[in-house]
Amino acid sequence: MGKILEINGPLVKLDLPQTVLGEQVRVGRLGLVGEVISRDGNTALAQLYEDTAGLCPGEEAEGLGWPLSVELGPGLLGGIFDGVQRPLQAMWEQSGDRIARGVAVASLPRGRRWHFAPDPRCHAGMPLVGGEVLGTVQETESIQHRILVPPRVQGELLELAPEGEHTVEDVIGRVRLADGRIEKLHLFHRWPVRTPRPFRQRDHAVAPLITGQRILDTFYPLLKGGKAAIPGPFGAGKTMLQHQVARWCNAQIVIYVGCGERGNELTDVLESMPTLTDPHTGRPLMERTLLVANTSNMPVVAREASIYVGITLAEYFRDQGYDVVMVADSTSRWAEALREVAGRLGQMPVEEGYPAYLGSRLAAFYERAGRVETLAGDHGSVTLIGAVSPPGGDFSEPVTSHTKEIIQTFWALSKELADARHYPAVDWLESFSGYVSSAAKWWADNIDPGWEASRAAALDLLAASEELQRIVNLVGVEALSSEQRWTLEAASLIKEGLLQQAATDEIDSFASPEKQFALLTALLDIYRQGMKLVKLGAPARRLIQMPLLAQARRWKSQHNSDDLEALKVKIAAIPAAFEPLLLEYTPAAPSSAVEAIQP
Amino acid sequence: MKNIEFRTAASAQGGLVVMAGVPGVAAGSRVQLRDHAGRVRSGLVIRSANDAVLVEVFEGTDALDLERTWVRFLEEPYKLPVSRDMLGRVFNGSGRPCDGRPPVISADRRDINGEPLNPAARAYPREFIQTGISAIDGMNSLTRGQKLPIFSGGGLPHNRVAAQIVRQAKLLGEEAAEFVVVFAAFGASHADARFFQESFEESGVLNKVVMFLNLADEPVIERLLTPRAALTAAEYLAFDLDYHVLVVMTDMTAYAEALREVAVLRGDVPARKGYPGYLYSDLAEIYERAGRIKNRRGSITMIPVLSMPSDDITHPIPDLTGYITEGQIVLGRELSNQGVYPPVTVLPSLSRLMKDGIGKNFTREDHPHVASQLFASYAKALEVRGLAAIIGAEELSDADRRTLAFADAFERRFINQGEDEDRSIHETLNLAWDLLSMLPPESLIRVSEEELAKYHKGTT
Repeated sequence: MGKILEINGPLVKLDLPQTVLGEQVRVGRLGLVGEVISRDGNTALAQLYEDTAGLCPGEEAEGLGWPLSVELGPGLLGGIFDGVQRPLQAMWEQSGDRIARGVAVASLPRGRRWHFAPDPRCHAGMPLVGGEVLGTVQETESIQHRILVPPRVQGELLELAPEGEHTVEDVIGRVRLADGRIEKLHLFHRWPVRTPRPFRQRDHAVAPLITGQRILDTFYPLLKGGKAAIPGPFGAGKTMLQHQVARWCNAQIVIYVGCGERGNELTDVLESMPTLTDPHTGRPLMERTLLVANTSNMPVVAREASIYVGITLAEYFRDQGYDVVMVADSTSRWAEALREVAGRLGQMPVEEGYPAYLGSRLAAFYERAGRVETLAGDHGSVTLIGAVSPPGGDFSEPVTSHTKEIIQTFWALSKELADARHYPAVDWLESFSGYVSSAAKWWADNIDPGWEASRAAALDLLAASEELQRIVNLVGVEALSSEQRWTLEAASLIKEGLLQQAATDEIDSFASPEKQFALLTALLDIYRQGMKLVKLGAPARRLIQMPLLAQARRWKSQHNSDDLEALKVKIAAIPAAFEPLLLEYTPAAPSSAVEAIQP
Repeated sequence: MKNIEFRTAASAQGGLVVMAGVPGVAAGSRVQLRDHAGRVRSGLVIRSANDAVLVEVFEGTDALDLERTWVRFLEEPYKLPVSRDMLGRVFNGSGRPCDGRPPVISADRRDINGEPLNPAARAYPREFIQTGISAIDGMNSLTRGQKLPIFSGGGLPHNRVAAQIVRQAKLLGEEAAEFVVVFAAFGASHADARFFQESFEESGVLNKVVMFLNLADEPVIERLLTPRAALTAAEYLAFDLDYHVLVVMTDMTAYAEALREVAVLRGDVPARKGYPGYLYSDLAEIYERAGRIKNRRGSITMIPVLSMPSDDITHPIPDLTGYITEGQIVLGRELSNQGVYPPVTVLPSLSRLMKDGIGKNFTREDHPHVASQLFASYAKALEVRGLAAIIGAEELSDADRRTLAFADAFERRFINQGEDEDRSIHETLNLAWDLLSMLPPESLIRVSEEELAKYHKGTT
C-alpha cells in the first residue's frame, strides 16, 4: 500500500515502491484509476484517467498488478465505451446523466448469456495454440463472434464446453500449459492495449476499401489494411467524411474512436447508425459498429488511452478473420494529450510544445494497421483512417507533417472548397494515394480494365484546368482559346458531376464502383466529344450552352447504384446530343476541310 | 482543517501564492485569504504536496503582505448556490450578487466545474430556432442545444447581433417567452455590459436574465470562474427547472488570455502563441456544457462571442473554438464598412447541426437545397467580382454581369436587414428565391428541378 505525495493536474506523485512502469494504480478515497508513467526510487508518477480534484496528499494508493487492458469477447458490438473501455450506456443507467468519478463498471455485460457453439475441429486432447478459434457466438445477425484462445496460451486442450448458453465469465474450457499449470478459458480474455496483438505474418493488401465516395474510391483509393489520414481545418468536413466512410465502407467491422471531439457528433452516430442499413449486407449498421468515446470535455489522460483501446479492439476482430476499419477522430487531440502530459512532466518541448517522441509514437500507432495472416491461419485486416486537425489549417505543423510521412493515402481537405460548400472538400491536387497500382488491378479485374487510364485522364483534365484558372484570374475567360474554355468547362463538369457528392442526398450518398466508373467515363466522353467539335472549329460558347451539360451534372443524384440501366441509356445518348453540332461543323468533304482548319 | 487559519505564505507573485507547511490539502479545494486590511479574497488550490501548496487567488495578490496573510482551506470545490431566484439578478465574476440585493438563499450549492455529460445521455439537437436573421436562419441555422459562436473583431457589431438573437430567438410555433437567458461577460467594457442590460430591459426580459459580470477593470483570474459559474446556473435552470436556456458569453478571447496569464505564472510549457497546451481541453470543458439530455425538457443553447485578434481566424482562440463548437458565425469588416448589418460573412460561417434541423417537417422542404445553392452561387459570384476588379466590369460577359448583380443584391437585401427586423423563415426562403431568380435556372444545380419549377420566378 502506498500513499499520495503530490497532486498536479492529472499527474499524481506516489510513494509506491515496487510498482512496474505501465501498471494500473488505484488512488484515494474515490478510487480513481491511472497508470504509472515513471519511477524514481520509491516514488512513482502516475497519470490518472479521471479528474483529480479533491484528492489529498497522504491518501492511500495501490498498484493493481496489470497494465491498461481491454476485455475482448461477445458484447462489444453496437456498444459505446469511454477511453478506458467503460460501457457508457451501462454507466448512464447506473449513475445518471453525468460521468461520476471512480465508477467501476465491467466492460462486457456479465449477466448476459450467449449461445456458444464449439468448433467441430476442437476436441479434448488436441494441442492448442494462441489465437485459434474455439467456437463461435452469433453476436449480431450479421456478425459471428469467433471465440479465440488468448494469444499467449499454448498447451493441450483438456475439455471444451458443449453447445449451450454461457456468460462471458463461465469457464468454457481448460488447457494444460507446457509447465503443467491448468489455464481456464472463458468467452472473453484481456489484452494490454499498448502491446500489438501477435499474428503469423503480414500479407500484401490487395483489395480496395470501397467507401462509396467517388473522390476517394476513384481518385485516391485506400486498400483494406492500409493507412490513411484526413487532415483539414475546422469546418472542412472531416467528421462528415469519416461518418460517410463509417457508414458505407465495405468492411465487416467499423470501430469509430471519437478522441477529444464533440459529444453531439457521437450522439449523431449513436442515433443515426441503428436506422441505417449496411449496403453490403442489408442489416442495421449498428450491428457492425463499435464506438469509443472520449469527448473533449472528458479527462485528457483517458484521451491518450482511447486510441490504443480502439486499435486493440480492431486487432481483436482482425484476429477473427474480419476486415476492420478503425476511424480515429482526431489524432491531433491524442497528440495534444501527449503534449499536455509531457509538459507537466517538464519534458523538453521540440516543435510547438510537442515532445520529441511524437513522430515515433505516431508511426508505431499507424503500424498496427495492416492485412495479416492470423494465428489461426485466416486473413484479416485493420484499415486505419486518422483525422488530423491542424491548427489554422496549416499542414506544415508537426502532427500533420509526421503523419504524412507515415500514411499511404492522404485525403487533404480544403477550406476553399468547403467555403463554397463543395463536399467532400477533398482537394484533388494536394491529396495522394500510394495504392493506385494495387487498386488498378482490382478495378481491372472487377469493374473495367479502362479504370486506370480514365482516372489519369480525369486528373490530367483537373490539373490542366487549374493552370487555366490561374490565367483566367489574371485576364478573364475571354482571353482563352475555345479549346481552353472547353477544357475549363469539362473540368467543372467533373467537379460538379462527379467529385461533389451530397452526403445528405439519399441517392447520391453512396455510389457503387460500377456507378462511379459509369459516371467517370460518361463525363470524359462528353469532354472528348466536345473537344472533337472544338477542333473542327465549333466555338466553346455553343458547346457550353448545350442542355446536356446541366443534365449530366444531375445524373449522380438521379440514379441509384442498383439502377444503372437507366443511367446507361442516358450515357448512350451522349453522341446523339452532339450530333446537330457535328453535322454543322463537319465540312462536306471531310479530308480536305480538316486539313484546311488545321493551322 | 476548515477552521484553522494558516499564516505560512512563503511567496506570492501575480495571483499565485505558495503556502508552506500545510499538509494534506485537497487539490481543487477552495481557499479564503484574509489580508492585513481585513479584506477577504478567495482562491483555489491548483497544486498540492505535503511541503508546499500552490494557490491561485482570484482577486490577485496586489498589496498582499506575506507575514500578515491568514489562509483557510475550505476543503470543498468552488460552489455556486443555485435557485430559481437567480432570474433577474446580477452577479459578479465569481458568482456573488453585485446588484445591491441580498444573497440568493439556497441549500443547493453546485460545484462550478460540473461533471462531463455522458455521451450516451445526450439527445441530438434537432429543433430549429428561428432567430429572425436571414443570414443565420437561411444559411447557418441554429438548433436548440447547439453551441454556435460569433467570431468577430474589434469595432464590429457582435454585441448588437447577439442582443438581436436574444430578443428574437424562438421555436417555430412557440413564443419567445419559453427562453431564459444566462449572460456572462468577462473582460467586457462597462459600456458593453450596459448595452446588454438596456437591451434586455427594453425588450422586457430582464426578469428572465441571469447576469454574471466580470468587467475589464476587474480581477483577471476571476475570469476563469465566470463562465463556469454562469454555466452552473444555466445547467440548473435547464436540467432541474426545465427551462430552455440561451447562454451568451462575451468575450472568450479575454477568458483565454486570463488562462494564458495564469499558465505562464505556473510555468506551464507554452504551445502556440504562448497559450498553454491544455487551452483546447479547457475551452471544451466550457463549450461542451451546452446541449440536450435525453428525458429532460430543458436545453442549453450557447452563443459565445469572441473577438479574433487582428481579425485572424487562424489565431489559436478562434481556431480551437471552431474545432469544438458546432459551427461559427463570422462577422466581416468589409461588409460592416459597407454598411451591411449584420455583417455576416457567409462563406466561412457554418452550422454543423443545420442539416438535421431544417427541411421538410422542420422548416420547408426546399431549405437544404436553397441554402446550398446560395452558398455555391455567392461563392461563384465572389470569384467574378474578383475578376471584375482586375479586368474591369465592362469586359465581363452578360452572364457574369448577372452574377455580379446577384452578389450585390444578396448582400444588400438578404444579409442586410434592420436591427429590429424579425424575418420568419418563410420570408427568408422566399427572399432567397427572389434573388436566385436573378440567375438562369440551368446554373442552379444544387436545387432540384421540381423546386426550380415551383419557386424560380425568372425566365432564361
